[in-house]
Amino acid sequence: MEVAARDARVVLLTGDLGFMALEPFSDAYPDRFINVGVAEQNMVGVACGLADAGYLPFCYSIATFASMRGYEFIRNAAALHRLPVRIVGVGGGFEYGSAGLSHYGLEDVGLMRIQPNITVVVPADHRQTLTAVRTTWDLPGPVYYRIGKDDRREVPGLEGRFELGRVDVLGSGADLLFLSMGAVSAEVAAAAEKLLARGLRSTLGIVSTVNPPPIDDLVRLLSQFPVAITVEAHQLNGGLGSLACEVVAENAIRCKVVRVSAAGSPSGVTGSENFLNRRHGLDCDSLVATAINANAGSLA
Amino acid sequence: MKARVSAYEISRIVLEQSMRARVGHIGSALSISGILAALYDGGLRAGAPDDPDRDRFILSKGHAALALYAALHLRGWLTADELDTYCADDTLLGVHPDSELIGVDFSTGSLGHGLSIGVGAALGARMQGSQRRVVVLVSDAECDEGSLWEAVMLAAHQHLGNLIAIVDLNGQQALGYTKDVLSLDPLGDRWGAFGWDVLHVDGHDVPGLTKAIASLNDRPATPHVLIAHTVFGHGVSYMRNQIKWHYLPMSQTDYEVALNDIKSLQ
Repeated sequence: MEVAARDARVVLLTGDLGFMALEPFSDAYPDRFINVGVAEQNMVGVACGLADAGYLPFCYSIATFASMRGYEFIRNAAALHRLPVRIVGVGGGFEYGSAGLSHYGLEDVGLMRIQPNITVVVPADHRQTLTAVRTTWDLPGPVYYRIGKDDRREVPGLEGRFELGRVDVLGSGADLLFLSMGAVSAEVAAAAEKLLARGLRSTLGIVSTVNPPPIDDLVRLLSQFPVAITVEAHQLNGGLGSLACEVVAENAIRCKVVRVSAAGSPSGVTGSENFLNRRHGLDCDSLVATAINANAGSLA
Repeated sequence: MKARVSAYEISRIVLEQSMRARVGHIGSALSISGILAALYDGGLRAGAPDDPDRDRFILSKGHAALALYAALHLRGWLTADELDTYCADDTLLGVHPDSELIGVDFSTGSLGHGLSIGVGAALGARMQGSQRRVVVLVSDAECDEGSLWEAVMLAAHQHLGNLIAIVDLNGQQALGYTKDVLSLDPLGDRWGAFGWDVLHVDGHDVPGLTKAIASLNDRPATPHVLIAHTVFGHGVSYMRNQIKWHYLPMSQTDYEVALNDIKSLQ
């Protein structure tokens, strides 16, 4: 709404999703709101035509549909033409809970990250989402946003900060490093607090820009710790954990990387987001246990 | 003096360059020689390739890019030296067109993309109050792609009278005749049922095509589709409706026969 008020080039497209979310925009800017119907491929193609005409189109859908259904359009039309198309994927990881596997965004970040011309932004909470959009909405090339559904959950201490291409660091514990991406960061922050009470001091790096990768910050952080735990509601390969491993390998850093992810999906078993996070070791208590084991391993 | 953009000249260049580069897709390029002649000899309102209010053209059947390069050359937007790099190393002139080349509005090559982009381009033109139109040339077999019909529906829903699709109805696709692979009949009725203004045209009658394109302005409330009835390999006797010429390059003898055959287009 804010960027639309500032810039008449902003257009919002939806693949018929966004009930109780998009109405303020469609009411305020009916001429710049297009529901293309349940047709995500076409939505991306149409956005590319609009972007070429000078508009800044935002394409809204659930993360898995937004990122995968029109992926070839994103590659051939948006990325290869370097058009300012914004793909907004809502509800990464298991945020759609009982909706089932079809609605989980588990590959989106990896798929977007391998396209060199796409900026990939994964805010950790709703306050950081606001700052991230205010910072990146008028970038010249395509942007993928994986945004959370929950506008209450916050990462304590983050205070909505966002700087493109940087890692936001919380805490300064020297025992181990957490790197987290997306809405699951609140669980990681809670785990870091619990670990402190048990005498294990950690540092948490919030990675909210995945492309361009925050290489310098990651090198600096990973070089300071014998063990790093990456946490993401995403498939094991392609996302944050892979990025950390690439940085470790390419810079010959002596740091063991433990990747906590949604490995194990797909599975037909469903439930709430909390249940699924627990099942994949992405909840606070599981992360505490993982950290204690990893730390013990690094000392052995 | 610069040669006119004509079906004969486009076909001649298609044959010359295909022979020099020893590549195929000749039949597909020949089938749109008349359509491109009509567009680049006045059908498209485009005084210069960088005029922001020029009509946009999207060759959604990107595998026929050689015919587009020929038209751009005859239009004076592509030099002979550039044309001679077709399918060479370190060139922008590949088998499928790239928008980094002056005169190519969008890169294509994956079928089923062009019409969606065209819908966005037409929406953008309307929102800006521009009179420019968007022309998208699709193949008939491209109508197999589901994404094309998503774009067809949205264009009609949005009443995009500034959008013109041209279907190159040559009845062939990579592995067979469309009637055998995936029947499209009745193709015009299908577009019409989706809310488009449908016009059947002879895709090799250049004056007729030019007249048809000019007439579309009189019906501004709906998007337009020209179902262009064409012959695959048009002008070359042994390529006519032959599946293998979707892929094969020519031998020297094939080339000489073809050059002689297309004289009938003059």
